[in-house]
Amino acid sequence: MHSGYWLISTIVIPLITAAVLVGVPDDKKDVTRWLSAVVGAVLFAISVYIFFAYETDRGGGYQFYHRTDWLQNVAFLGPHGIALTFGIDGIAAPMVLLTGVVAFGGALISWKIEHHNKDFFILFWVLVAGVFGTFTSLDLFFFFFFYEVAVLPMYLLIAVWGSSSVFETFSRTKEYSAMKLTVMLVAASILIFLGIFAVFHEAGKGTFDLQTLYAYQFDDRFQKIVFPLFVIGCGVLAGLWPFHTWSPDGHVSAPTAVSMLHAGVLMKLGAFGIIRLGIQLLPAGATFWMPGLMILATCNVVYGAFAATAQRDWKYMIGYSSVSHMGLVLMGLATMNVNGVDGAVLQMFAHGVMTATFFAMVGSVYDQTHTRDMRLYSGMVNKMPLFVFFMGVAGLASLGLPGLAGFIAEFNIFVGTFHTYPWAAALGVFAAAMTAVYILRMMAMSFFGPFNEKWADVKDMTYLERGTAVLLLGSMLFMGLYPAPFIDRIQESVRLLPGVS
Amino acid sequence: MSQLNCDYTLFIPEYLLAGLAVLVVALDLYVPQVRKAWLSYIAGIGLLAIAGVSLAWINKETNFARIIAIDNYTTYFRVFFTVTAAVVCLSSAKLVEDKLRHPGEYYALIILSTIGAIGMAASRELMTAYLSLELLSFSLYILVGFQKFDKKSNEAGIKYLLLGAFASAFFLYGLSLIYGVTGTTYYSQIAESLKAGTSDYTFALLMGLVLVLTGLGFKVAAVPFHMWTPDAYEGAPVAITAYLSTTSKAAGFALMLRLFGGAFQVVHDDWSWMIAGIAAATMILGNLVALQQHNIKRLMAYSSIGQVGYMLMGIAGLSHNTASALVLHMTGYMVSNMAIFVVIIAWHNMTGTDEITDFRGMRERAPLLAGVLAGALFSLAGLPLFAGFVTKFILFQSVVDAGYYWLAVIATVTSVISLYYYLQVMRQAFVEKPAEGEGALSVPALMNGLAFVLMLGVFYIGLYPQQLFDAIDNATSFLFV
Repeated sequence: MHSGYWLISTIVIPLITAAVLVGVPDDKKDVTRWLSAVVGAVLFAISVYIFFAYETDRGGGYQFYHRTDWLQNVAFLGPHGIALTFGIDGIAAPMVLLTGVVAFGGALISWKIEHHNKDFFILFWVLVAGVFGTFTSLDLFFFFFFYEVAVLPMYLLIAVWGSSSVFETFSRTKEYSAMKLTVMLVAASILIFLGIFAVFHEAGKGTFDLQTLYAYQFDDRFQKIVFPLFVIGCGVLAGLWPFHTWSPDGHVSAPTAVSMLHAGVLMKLGAFGIIRLGIQLLPAGATFWMPGLMILATCNVVYGAFAATAQRDWKYMIGYSSVSHMGLVLMGLATMNVNGVDGAVLQMFAHGVMTATFFAMVGSVYDQTHTRDMRLYSGMVNKMPLFVFFMGVAGLASLGLPGLAGFIAEFNIFVGTFHTYPWAAALGVFAAAMTAVYILRMMAMSFFGPFNEKWADVKDMTYLERGTAVLLLGSMLFMGLYPAPFIDRIQESVRLLPGVS
Repeated sequence: MSQLNCDYTLFIPEYLLAGLAVLVVALDLYVPQVRKAWLSYIAGIGLLAIAGVSLAWINKETNFARIIAIDNYTTYFRVFFTVTAAVVCLSSAKLVEDKLRHPGEYYALIILSTIGAIGMAASRELMTAYLSLELLSFSLYILVGFQKFDKKSNEAGIKYLLLGAFASAFFLYGLSLIYGVTGTTYYSQIAESLKAGTSDYTFALLMGLVLVLTGLGFKVAAVPFHMWTPDAYEGAPVAITAYLSTTSKAAGFALMLRLFGGAFQVVHDDWSWMIAGIAAATMILGNLVALQQHNIKRLMAYSSIGQVGYMLMGIAGLSHNTASALVLHMTGYMVSNMAIFVVIIAWHNMTGTDEITDFRGMRERAPLLAGVLAGALFSLAGLPLFAGFVTKFILFQSVVDAGYYWLAVIATVTSVISLYYYLQVMRQAFVEKPAEGEGALSVPALMNGLAFVLMLGVFYIGLYPQQLFDAIDNATSFLFV
């Protein structure tokens, strides 16, 4: 058995870093940068360790288990009422790895932030702690606690360090996008809040321990009523159509590292919440409602693909492609069979690294040119071969090229979906093909063709950006070429999910 | 009936408070060479010392002539009120020096009102409760209008006085009806009498409860008795606004818990629906109207009305669990709110304005204050790491367990609405840049220190509430005997 302190360290280290940064003087910007880079590397190393140390032949249960009582035997709380319970299964393990990768990349890419970079990193590390906490919590209270911790810094991160955009027909200020994102996400968490109250009250066990609650047989009618609360509440964060509108706006306005973390990791919290709170807690509700989720998810996939095709702004295109790809995750979950859910979890990881790559790359150009309109670029390959290479690989992964992360995930999802909802699978495959349209057209427009002399001064990626890109690309290739470690871990635990056949 | 316990030593903390009040006035009058700021330090440190003294009564459950209970509940509120008053006194130092006359009276009135607040928490008899309430109220009427040559302060004072006197009359009338129904003013005997059956007096009892609720509703600023709040908050000297939004409300709730738990719990069904309705209206109106405000004091007034709505839910579903949850939330609210007000007071001292737009660039000009402001606002909005998340979570869950799921729905929705206007304040402080020529401000160490300590309190409650919650749970267990 591995010690649960590994998991705790992923939460405590970033929080302590944030606390230490409070004490760093404003003008010691390099201290902040180095500290954050080192902490990012440490967290990356820990998450790699956790992923590989998770043992695959032990039946897929929770490992790295740890429980410390936090609040108990008081008012309505019984023994172990609210406890710091941590543990990961094969579904959470890749998510922890993903968070480690993207957090490290985000810390490196944020090196160039000048304006109050200390404040930025304080909020950044709080965000990272929240994400790690949500993926590893096995206590309903703390699951939600960390979930909210991850949402909390978003407003300031976007409103202070983000960028406003002006388009021909409309404009989006960063304050607007920040408020929209924050209010929509927090409003969605009302539903989770209410679901938690109902679940605790109904079970009457006096504890928020998830495993105790999983063991409780909730009444069928209760499950059918409460399940939508959790699915829509978490679904908003996962970009569920028609509640996805915060996502493109928020991601476009956010600074690079925040877009990376948000699209790369935070949206996965939503899908992860559907597994933990929906499928595991209320299996009968899941069985009943999954056809509904499938319809919405199909809308996601198709709508996101078409909307992405219509975009001329790099980040908006990536934002809508995220909506489309998160739709594939939800589609996989809605199948409720092993292939589909496996694929969904794989897609969570795959989409996480490729979107993070996209945003990191766009950031490297945008910081120099201050425009993301793909029509203004042309022949960038002449000036920025590395940028085009990394962006291209991420694009190919995104359209599901075999050998890269996206393929294995989408393949599983479609196999699962064809078993259960052939019509949805057909639409999904069609939308996945649309991905090729908008990605390849973006490349044709911006990367190739005659070079636009306006950008003669643009420099290719910095060494830090290259490092980040290699890190992310490495993860993408690793999963694409050798998916066994992922599939072994995921499959075992997915088989244990109630109601998944 | 057994011998009454008339042990006057039970009131040592109150004697000390009265003595401290006299000392402060005397110092101001007879030793004029003392710098006025010292009065604030003496009052503040004295209050903290008295909070320490009152700890001597932990776990000594006793009472004075059955009219005043000295139990852990009283001890908890002795500490609560003296500490709150200490923070108010300490944070007033510069404000009083710059803007107000008669500093001795100012601090003395705060200290005296604390005695009233403690009395409200400790009384187990209607008249004693009423007298304590009046002691608190009269001190506050004067304090609200303390800025003698400021029109707004005068207006606030007179509004508060007139409406307050009116509400007192309602309260008193309600008490007399309850006395008429039950033939006693002791909480415990009222409970026994009500247990025996009230079918003959249904209407009189109902009227009595309605009138008592009106009086207390005014005190805690529940809708529809909240009309005085924004004006009084805006006109009062800003430290007194802080005091109004914490002690005055907390005392109202302390009394309500003791009264409804000790006397009226047996007829819970007769009044719970009223309070549930008031709670719903208070949450909705407070949070919605707060969206419109552009003056920070008015914003905090409406935000505090919203918070009162949350706390009233705990009274509606009154039980030991909800009482504990309510007091926990109230404590978290007190600490967070005081932290915000310390920032507001410090900012007011340095810039002389209360407009939210004038908070722009606080991050550049006073970074520590800006950080505390952000944390405390997040706490009031109920976001994690800070006190508000855990206290709201527990309060709402206890309300759900008490069978008021619909109230919890309103509470969570309005709680999200509140995040919107808190973020608007934060936007000014962090996103907007300071105007031309507005450089860094030198914040007095005292204010920075107070803000920092209160922020630690917010984190303490938010991250490790076990001990505090144990103490509260123990204290509220004395309510239902």
